[in-house]
Amino acid sequence: MADTAKPKGGTARASTSRRRGRKDTSPGLGDEKPEVLLDYYRQMVFVRQFEQRTGQAYTQARIGGYCHLNLGEEATVVGLMTALQERDYLFTNYRDHGYAIGKGMDPKRVMAELYGRSDGVSRGWGGSMHMYDTETRMLGGYGIVGGQLPLATGAALAISYRGGDEVVMCQMGDGTTNIGAWHESLNIAKLWNLPIVFVVINNFTGMGTTVEMSSAEPDLYKRGAAFRIEGERVDGRDVLAVRDTASRLIERARAEQTPFLLEAWSYRQKGHSVVDPAKYRTEEQRDEARSEENDPIQIFGEKLAKAGLLTDEQRDEINASVKAEVAEAADFAENSPHPDVSTLFDYTYASPVPNESRRMPADPVFAE
Amino acid sequence: MSVITYRQALRDTLRAEMVRDENVLVMGEEIGVFEGSYKITEGLLKEFGPRRVKDTPIAEEGFVGAAIGAAMLGLRPVVELMTINFSLIAIDQIINHAAKIYGMFGGQTSVPMVIRTPGGGGQQLGATHSQNIELFYSFIPGLKVMAPSTPAEASSMLRAAIRDDDPVLFLENLGLYNSKGEVPDGYAEPSNDDVATIGRAGVTREGSDITLIGYSRMAMVATQVAERLAKEDISVEVVDLRSLRPLDRQTFVDSVKKTGAAVICEDDWLTYGIGAEIAASIQEGAFDYLDAPVRRVAMAEVPMPYAKPLETAALPSVESISTAIKETLSAVGKRVG
Repeated sequence: MADTAKPKGGTARASTSRRRGRKDTSPGLGDEKPEVLLDYYRQMVFVRQFEQRTGQAYTQARIGGYCHLNLGEEATVVGLMTALQERDYLFTNYRDHGYAIGKGMDPKRVMAELYGRSDGVSRGWGGSMHMYDTETRMLGGYGIVGGQLPLATGAALAISYRGGDEVVMCQMGDGTTNIGAWHESLNIAKLWNLPIVFVVINNFTGMGTTVEMSSAEPDLYKRGAAFRIEGERVDGRDVLAVRDTASRLIERARAEQTPFLLEAWSYRQKGHSVVDPAKYRTEEQRDEARSEENDPIQIFGEKLAKAGLLTDEQRDEINASVKAEVAEAADFAENSPHPDVSTLFDYTYASPVPNESRRMPADPVFAE
Repeated sequence: MSVITYRQALRDTLRAEMVRDENVLVMGEEIGVFEGSYKITEGLLKEFGPRRVKDTPIAEEGFVGAAIGAAMLGLRPVVELMTINFSLIAIDQIINHAAKIYGMFGGQTSVPMVIRTPGGGGQQLGATHSQNIELFYSFIPGLKVMAPSTPAEASSMLRAAIRDDDPVLFLENLGLYNSKGEVPDGYAEPSNDDVATIGRAGVTREGSDITLIGYSRMAMVATQVAERLAKEDISVEVVDLRSLRPLDRQTFVDSVKKTGAAVICEDDWLTYGIGAEIAASIQEGAFDYLDAPVRRVAMAEVPMPYAKPLETAALPSVESISTAIKETLSAVGKRVG
């Protein structure tokens, strides 16, 4: 049984990896097919290595701006993304690289976006915090805390307006549950019966401020109660628990046309962003965040090994093939052209109108 | 041609666009059951039902953001903010999201939405309900800001705003809702394709002595000033900006080149206000043609008081604008009537 009660004072509901009521056939692995389990494992390793490579490229100044990694969050990322259907929409916060890949974006183009290149998913206009792809329906990473909540609610409104059967997932961090947009969006979503699942990634700290320091009700999954939104907490280190809990809530949102709230807790292995050494953490907290027993890849790998589904050779093979693919993504990014300066004014407006400014910094207002 | 109010022009055009396009829905506080604080949405709930006419909770950030998200999926929401003062609650969604989504994601998704909202002082609404802060939005690339001053403009410009693929802040004015003017026949027909060009100003009255520039209610006041001064044999050319972003500089610069002098009248505060941008553009575009410094007539720089004499004193008026024009003309030795 997963330790769903990690957050202080938590009285989490138990979430198991049972699916459709069938019993587990191996410890913690449910009745899932071995190839599916190995695929999840590989996806998690992919996010891990992609993010490690991203951190490396950042320190080598290939990537600029703010850069937040999903290290420690891999099981949550993969669990949530495999629960979502292709036709479903996703909105996330700025810690979005893994989600972008998980929703189906080409990792090469995600890396190219990090490098600010023209082959980037957002053509080099967004950077780390702003992955976007209409085709895979990942409708944005957003850099303003809480900014994505009203937008995601509106996307669900559009679905409901048209009688569609898609669901919106709106991911956010624990710190978001205190901003006005949270309250306004959850209220509207419930009031208008919108098919949306709000997912709070609780890594116990908003930058360096703990959940207890910022939230009067630190059991975040309970905070939908004010809007009569059912909430659940899941152990975000457990990929199958995340997938199954998310899947259940997504399908209920689809069938019942009503919002749900999911809290997934896991550890942020490193600082808030690549440049944050996280000195505010005690040694004990740091060790806990980085310990193998809290590492979702270690946890899942051991379960697979115990069930005889992952040998050391297979593990090495997966690590090596992922490494090659991530290196390929970095090469692709490195070789992708920088956006041409002549495109500077191409994306200010979708409908061109007279008198739009195309003035470069030192240009006169009135051309000769 | 018929003569109707600015309010009627907005209401009928909005209704026509809803008939024309199933993707158009209206959202806002008190717009359905209450039929709008200023009755622009009168009768719409009865005609179109609650799916397309959505009363929202008092949650500007939430419902403006929801409109943006719905627009990202192809709906064309027309949001009403009860007054532009309340847009401050939604400003993150307007500036950081509506204005950014097209560019920040490399042109993948447009945001075809309209935020309708009235500005305007002079209603004894006090400091927090009398501000004209359209400048905030006019400053932001990615937004379009429109400000009609007559019923005919209100109709053709609202049609343009709704059919445009970008987020438009559509500035109305409490002082204009009851003003009347001619509108073309068929203005209320869904098949009407009289769509204003966003980004174009207009010379609404020709003159030769001086250019008077305004927008929204001040464009109407400018016309009254011109009519009054005509009796004193002063010929005022009036430019109605109509679009605050993009800004049609050429139209007012050409006018100043003809008249040699300019006064700007604005309902906002002078320091850093819209008029500052107009004046800067005139000095750059018509420096050699100016016979006098450009003069601005703007609100007194105070939180708007409630008491009527104080409020009246703080606002630009036909009198104060006329005085500024006469002083400008006499400064250059032009005949003053």
